[in-house]
Amino acid sequence: MTSPLSTPQVLVAELTHRCPLHCVYCSNPLELTNRESELPQGIWMRVFREAAEAGVLQVDLTGGEPLARTDVVDLVASARSAGLYVSLITSGVPLDEAKLEALVDAGLDHFQLSFQGATKETAQEISHTTSHGRKLVVLEWLKRHRIGLTLNFVIHRQNIGELEGMLAIVEEHQPTAVEFASVQYYGWGLANRQALLPTREQLDDCLETLKAAEERWKGKTRVLFVVPDYYAKFPKACVGGWGRKLMLIAPDGRVLPCHAAAVIPGMQFENVKTSSLKDIWESSSAFRRFRGEAWMQEPCKSCDRRHIDFGGCRCQAFLLAGDASSTDPVCSLAATHGQVSNVLASIQGQGNQQANYHYRPNPR
Amino acid sequence: MRPDVSTVPRLAPGVRLADRQSGQPGQLLMPERVLRLNESSLAIVELCDGKRTVEQIVEELRVRFSKAEPRQIMNDLINYLETLNEARAIDF
Repeated sequence: MTSPLSTPQVLVAELTHRCPLHCVYCSNPLELTNRESELPQGIWMRVFREAAEAGVLQVDLTGGEPLARTDVVDLVASARSAGLYVSLITSGVPLDEAKLEALVDAGLDHFQLSFQGATKETAQEISHTTSHGRKLVVLEWLKRHRIGLTLNFVIHRQNIGELEGMLAIVEEHQPTAVEFASVQYYGWGLANRQALLPTREQLDDCLETLKAAEERWKGKTRVLFVVPDYYAKFPKACVGGWGRKLMLIAPDGRVLPCHAAAVIPGMQFENVKTSSLKDIWESSSAFRRFRGEAWMQEPCKSCDRRHIDFGGCRCQAFLLAGDASSTDPVCSLAATHGQVSNVLASIQGQGNQQANYHYRPNPR
Repeated sequence: MRPDVSTVPRLAPGVRLADRQSGQPGQLLMPERVLRLNESSLAIVELCDGKRTVEQIVEELRVRFSKAEPRQIMNDLINYLETLNEARAIDF
């Protein structure tokens, strides 16, 4: 029996893969899209209208660095006038005060600013750029605007010890939300996993500190924590279930069910240049491939949790177990869970020694 | 924080109601999530305009939902606003 098709809720719009930062855990694929292949503004404007018509409520303008698009203000305006709730997922560079004001005037609802650490030294080591100071200036400018503000700290073994410093930044600026997002191990993060995966002890300390902060900031700042799924007993409901809620458009117009889907062999992605978003949602083979439960193997197939976590992440199943339709290996019930336990065992007791990072380059 | 009769609630930064489509319930758009509101919740959120006090909102609700007892309305409203504040949907 097939259940009726759900409505897409969130559109992730990767406007560009260009970015002044080179973060060692970037969620972009290893193969980055060049500038000349980026979708022109006119197609994005049509896509935003199609998204709203298909039922999408929220769009995340991201990248790369969305501010690297010189037409970002117009893109915000067109997404908002299409009826979408508009978030900008950004490093805060390149930006000046006038541009920020223009973004707010264009209807930006929510500004999500990423941080690489609590100090400029750590931020520089992780992003291979000097941008930490700029971000603090952007926070000062943001005080003059009444829009949603989320600070996003990406957490890993090299910066988890600076948690108190991160909390101090939050305390000073009192954003509507703060997200402590553990690195996810795909693409660049996977390439740097041995240097980034926190130890169990670090994770436990971190959880305790964040719980106290959550209590302290109730009614002021919402505290979100994304756990490193390698330590979880059950997998995350990746993107809310494949083809159930989210669509991602890559800078060249290909439409993916998630950030990493291109790593799975045999995937065929449709492009917004030639198809409507609604057609892609309904008919694209990439979206249909792991939608529902027919593709599941045991233990997922008969598991009570299959409606909760949908078998976890398909990309992780492929990357760690070599089979995209197997149970996510982070699940304690997966036959391949030993892979994850071995990786965890290999990093316990490790400090933040000098690492040989693979930095994400900037595409042409 | 628990509101009282003189509190003036308003939508928190980055929070707004979606344009209403026919047949759709109220949808409160917020950073990275959407709260779906039933008719009475929607009526309350629409009155959180940064001008009315909790007391004035109770009066409006009493007119609209005439069968309810004012003390009960006040109590329910304060509880609901506290929940919305913790969800960072409403500021005082």
